[in-house]
Amino acid sequence: MSIAITTQIICFSVLSLVILIGALGVVLLESIVYSAFLLGGVFMSVAGLYLLLNASFVAAAQVLVYVGAVNVLIIFAIMLVNKKEDLKPISDIKSRRIISTSICFTLLSLLIRVDLTNVWSLSSPQNSIGEESTIRIGEHLFSDYLLPFEVASVLLLMAMIGAIVLARRDVMSKDISTGLPVDQELIEKSSEPLLTNKN
Amino acid sequence: MMSLESIPIQAFLIVSSALFCIGIWGLLNSRNAVRVLMSIELMLNAVNINLMAFSSYVDNNLIQGQVFTIFVITVAAAEAAVGLAILLSLYRNRVTVDMESFNLLKW
Repeated sequence: MSIAITTQIICFSVLSLVILIGALGVVLLESIVYSAFLLGGVFMSVAGLYLLLNASFVAAAQVLVYVGAVNVLIIFAIMLVNKKEDLKPISDIKSRRIISTSICFTLLSLLIRVDLTNVWSLSSPQNSIGEESTIRIGEHLFSDYLLPFEVASVLLLMAMIGAIVLARRDVMSKDISTGLPVDQELIEKSSEPLLTNKN
Repeated sequence: MMSLESIPIQAFLIVSSALFCIGIWGLLNSRNAVRVLMSIELMLNAVNINLMAFSSYVDNNLIQGQVFTIFVITVAAAEAAVGLAILLSLYRNRVTVDMESFNLLKW
């Protein structure tokens, strides 16, 4: 609302630097664990940008959902699948890198050009409703966005059930392919993977 | 040059563009499937920054962009849960997270 403009600019610069460097680290770092923790930092800085835009409710939702749920989920997934493996080299990796990097830089220059050359017709000074935005979001969610709100709850239920079904181990008493009884112990034993030799 | 009274909207748009392009680069170049999911989260965050900037600068009375951001965060959470579940079941069958070895749908 009425933070001095210099403070705003300093906060914005620091937050965007953290976002961009952190995102580069997420993508480029060798160790996936470092990437996951940097991703948490990027999410926190994005929440800081939302605070700068005077949207405290969305900032809180960002911290709760992204840092508290998605990032923790990603770290758990890394802990479950983190096994040192030497990747097979790809023959045309260099040309792939060149093509994808040039595509990304082209897209970036295009987007920045649009950002800078377009004349944005901004209606009024920023941040006019301030802390009232939480009330406004609640009004939206229970009046004109009521149907999407309810559909989102159904979507979350479907995602939860789908994740459980996909991630649990089979609890059948007999193995389908071999006919042997399946052991029901909690700790997974090393077994012959079904599809490894089919490349 | 006129004196600034707030950060120009272009600054937010440039940050979100850069974040989106970094996400695309990671999506295209990662060999680890978990990193691909992280890149998708980066791209979703870039879109959210865009929505929030426009909602604050253009539509600051009726902040519909913030409502949209809430919905995007919801869908992103669902996507992360299902994506990581798929990743786990893939890992159980293939014992690898290398994107190059997931070629079951390739003909």
